Amino acid sequence: MPAPGSLVLPLCALILAPLLLGIVNRTKAVIAGRHGPPLLQPYWDIAKSLRRGAVYGEVTTWLLRLGPVGGLAALAAALLVMPFGGVGAPVSFSGDIIVLVGLLALGRFATVLAALDTGSSFEGMGASREVHFSALAEPALLLALATLARVTGSFALTPVYQAVAIGAWADALPTFALVGMTLLVILLVENTRIPVDDPTTHLELTMIHEVMVLDHSGPDFGLIQYAAALKVWILGALLAGLVVPVRSGSVWLDGAAMLVGMVLLAGVIGMIESAMARYRLVHVPQFIVGAATLSAVAFIIRLV
Amino acid sequence: MLEFTAAILLLAFGGMLAIVLYPRAGLCQLAGQTGAVLGSASGLVAALHVLVTGDAVSLSSIWHMPGGSLQLEIDALSAFFLLPVFGLSIVTGLYGRSYFAGHRDIASAASWFHLNMLTATMALVIAARDGLLFLLAWETMALSPFFLVIFDDRKAAVRHAAWTYLVAAHLGTAFLLVLFVLLGTIAASSDFAAYGAALKDHQALRSSVFLLALIGFGVKAGIVPAHVWLPEAHPVAPSHASALMSGAMIKVGIYGLVRVLTLLGTPEPWWGWLLIGVGASSGVLGVLFALAQHDLKRLLAYHSVENIGIILLGIGIGVLGLAKGMPLLAVIGFASGFLHVLNHSIFKGLLFLGAGAVGRAAHSLELEELGGLLKRMPWTGTFFLIGAAAIVGLPPLNGFVSEFLLLYAGFLAVLQPAAAVAVAGLIVIVILGLIGGLAAACFAKAFGIVFLGSPRSAEASEAREVARPMRASMAVLALLCIAIGLGAPLAVASLAGVVAQVTGATVATASAQLAIVTRPLALAVSVFVFLIAVAALAWALRARRLAVASVRRGPVWGCGYLFPSPKMQYTASSFAQPLTTQFHLLIQNREAFVPPQGYFPAASSYASDSGDPALHLLFVPTFRWFDRVVTRLNVIQHGHVHVYILYVAATLIALLIWESL
Repeated sequence: MPAPGSLVLPLCALILAPLLLGIVNRTKAVIAGRHGPPLLQPYWDIAKSLRRGAVYGEVTTWLLRLGPVGGLAALAAALLVMPFGGVGAPVSFSGDIIVLVGLLALGRFATVLAALDTGSSFEGMGASREVHFSALAEPALLLALATLARVTGSFALTPVYQAVAIGAWADALPTFALVGMTLLVILLVENTRIPVDDPTTHLELTMIHEVMVLDHSGPDFGLIQYAAALKVWILGALLAGLVVPVRSGSVWLDGAAMLVGMVLLAGVIGMIESAMARYRLVHVPQFIVGAATLSAVAFIIRLV
Repeated sequence: MLEFTAAILLLAFGGMLAIVLYPRAGLCQLAGQTGAVLGSASGLVAALHVLVTGDAVSLSSIWHMPGGSLQLEIDALSAFFLLPVFGLSIVTGLYGRSYFAGHRDIASAASWFHLNMLTATMALVIAARDGLLFLLAWETMALSPFFLVIFDDRKAAVRHAAWTYLVAAHLGTAFLLVLFVLLGTIAASSDFAAYGAALKDHQALRSSVFLLALIGFGVKAGIVPAHVWLPEAHPVAPSHASALMSGAMIKVGIYGLVRVLTLLGTPEPWWGWLLIGVGASSGVLGVLFALAQHDLKRLLAYHSVENIGIILLGIGIGVLGLAKGMPLLAVIGFASGFLHVLNHSIFKGLLFLGAGAVGRAAHSLELEELGGLLKRMPWTGTFFLIGAAAIVGLPPLNGFVSEFLLLYAGFLAVLQPAAAVAVAGLIVIVILGLIGGLAAACFAKAFGIVFLGSPRSAEASEAREVARPMRASMAVLALLCIAIGLGAPLAVASLAGVVAQVTGATVATASAQLAIVTRPLALAVSVFVFLIAVAALAWALRARRLAVASVRRGPVWGCGYLFPSPKMQYTASSFAQPLTTQFHLLIQNREAFVPPQGYFPAASSYASDSGDPALHLLFVPTFRWFDRVVTRLNVIQHGHVHVYILYVAATLIALLIWESL
C-alpha cells in the first residue's frame, strides 16, 4: 500500500480539479469580452448541488443512483496511478497504464447505464454517442501511451513520465509532438468539449455528456460535476506531463512547473472553445481516428 | 483417473435413464440432472487433483479395434480445459431442471441425454491420446449439439439452424480427418506421443499440420469466417445448452489447436502472425456483428466469436514469443489466452443463463420488445449486469484480468527492439482497445435496452423473477466473476502448470515468470479495493444527505412533452446506429425505408436487418455453386439396380488393375 505522504498528490488533484473548469470558463469569458463568473464558481456549483434534494424519473432503479457514485470512484481510484509530471504516483507498477484505461472505461460504463436507466430518448441518444466516440478514443489513448512506452522503455506511468525530460524531447521531438496532439484530441473528446461537444449548449438534440446527465439532480448531479472536473484533471495531466519536460529531481519544482502547465492547458482549452465551432457529429469519428493516426505515425518513426 | 471414468459413466447413465423414464416427467428430469451434476462434480475433482498435484494420470487398455487403442491421459493442459467443461456442466445441470419445468415430452428427455453426452464426449476429446479415439469422441461431440439445437423442431428456422450447424461441424471434421490421416501415416501409429516424435523427422510437414489444425479446430471454435454456425445454432437451443456450447464446446476447438501446437515443437514466427491476424479479425468482426443484432442470444453468440478472437490474440502472442525465443512473452501470452478461456466460460455461461431467464419470464428475446426488467427481475438483472461488465473487461471483474495479461504481453512486445515484434504488440494493444470499446457499446445496449427504461411489450411488463435454482446457478457464476477479479494474482499464479507444459519450460520457470505479472496485478487489486471503498463512502455520504433532503419522483425531461410512452424510448437499433453506419462496409445492414411522401403522408415504414458478409459473400455462393455441380451428377443416377451393379463391378476391376500396376 502507498505511504501516507504520497497521498498528497491525489489529494491536491481532488482539491484543485474544479479550479481547471473555472479557468476554462474565465478564459472563454475574457476572450468574449465578458467579465465572467468567479474562478471558484465550479466549487460553488458542486456544493450547491450536493446540498439539494433529488428528483428521480418514474422508471428509474438503483442504477441511476449508483452511476454517479461509480463514475466518481473510478476516477478517484485512477488518481492513485496518475503521476504529475516528474512527481511519481502513489502506486506505480508495470501495466498501470492498463488499469488507468480500465478505470476510465468503468466510469464511462456506469454513466452510460445510469443514462439508459431513465428510459428517456434524450439520454439514450447521449449514451449512444458517448459509447460511439469512446470506442474510438480508447484505442487512440492506448496507441498514444504505447508509443510513449516504446520511447521511454517502460510501461508504468510514473517512469514513463519521469523519462520525459528536456533531453528526451531533444531526442524524440517529432514523436512527442505527434503523441501530444493525440493526447490533446483525446482530452477534448473524453471531456466532451468543443469541437466535439459543447458543454454550454442549450439544445438537447446536439449534446453528448450533458444530455446523459439531464435527469440527474441533487447530490447525484454534484458527484457528476465533480467527476467531470477530475476527468479534465487526469487527461490534462497526461498531456501536461508530456509538454512540460521539467525534471529537476525536486518534487516541489517539478510539481510547481506542472501546476503552471495545467493552468496554461486550461487556458488553451478555453481558447480552443472560443475559437472553434462544434463539429457536426458525423465528423467527430474522423477527428478521433485522425488523431490516432498521428500516434501511429509517431510509433512508426520510433520503430527503427 | 477413477473419478474421470466415474464421471463419464455417471453422465452417460444419467442421460440414458432420463430417456427411459421420459413418461414420468419428474423422475426423468431428476435422473438427467443428477447424472449431470454428480458426474461433472466427479470429473471436476479429477481435473482439480491433477492441477493441484501437477502429476498427470493416464489410463490405457488394449482395445481390439484396428488402428486404435483406448488411451486416456489427464495432464495439466487437459485438466485445465476440463475445468470449464465440468464446471459449467454442473451449473447448467442445476439450471436445466427449472428451465424445463412444465415440459413433459420426449424432447426435454432427449435434451438431457444429449446434454450429458455432450459433456462426456467433450471430456473424452480432451483426455484422448489416440488419434482414432480422438476422432470418434470428436464426431460424437459434434453430433450431440445438433439434437440440442433442433429441440424445437417444428419451427423451420430451428431446422435450418441445426442443418447449418451440422454442415459446419462436418466441414471442420473433414480437415481434422486429413490431419489425423497425415499424422498417422508419418508416425505409423495412432498414438499422440508417436505423432510428436514423427513430426520431428518431418519438418517440412509442420506448417501443413498447423494450417489443417487451425482450420479444422477453428471451425469448432468459431473463427471468422467459419463462425456462421454460432449465431444460427446458439439462439435456438435451450439456454443452458447454449451456455454449455458457447462456454465449453467452442473451447474444445481451442484445446485441439493448442494440443497440436505442443506436438509441433518450436513454432514458426508466421504461425504467430497468422494467429494474431485471425484473432484480430474474429475479435473486431465478432463484436461489430454483435452490435447489429437485436436478438439477445444471437448477440451473445457473436460475442463468442469476439472472445475466441481475444483468446487467439493471446495464443498468437505466445506462439510469436516461442518462435522468437522470448520466454517471458510466450508465458504471459499463453497465460492470457488460457485465463480468457476460463473467464469466457464463466461470464458467457452466466449471460446465456440470464438470457434464458429473460426468455422464460418475458417470452421474448427480441430486444425491441423488452425493457424495464431490472425492476421486475432484480436478481437476474444484477447477475446479468455483472456478466456484462465482466465480458466488457471492466475492473474489478475477471474479464479485466485476462485482458490485463494480454495488454501486458502487448506492451512487453512493444518494448522489444525487433520491429516485427513491436508492431505485433501494438496491433494487439490497439485491437484489444477497439474491441473493448465496441463491446462496452454493445453491452450498454444489451443491458440498457433489456433491463432498463420501461417495458416495450405487455409480456415484458408482466415478467416475474425466475425460480430459485436458476437464480442460484447464475449467482455461482457471478460470484466466480468477482472472485477471479479480486483474486487475480492467485488465479494467474495457478496457471503455471498448464503454461509450462505448452511453452516447454519447467513449472518453476513458468511460476517465476508469472510472478513478474502477479506483483503488478496485486497492486492493481489494491487500487480496486480503494475504488470500492471510495464508492462505498460516496454512497454513504449521498444517502446521508438525501435522508434529510426532499426526494421525490417525477417524469423525465421530454422537452416539455408530458405524455411520453414506452415506444418513444431509444431502441436497440437506434442506439447502435451510429456505429453500424460507420462500419457499414463490414456489417452490411440491410434497410428497407418507405419515406413519408406528400403534404399529408399516409403510410411510411422502416425496417433494418443485420446481414453477415461471410454468409452472403462466401458460403451461400459457394454452396450454390457446389449444388449446381453436384446436380449434374444426377445423370448417372437412374435408379436401375443393374446399372449400379455395373458401377460396383467397374470400380472393382479398376482397383484390381491399379493394384497390379
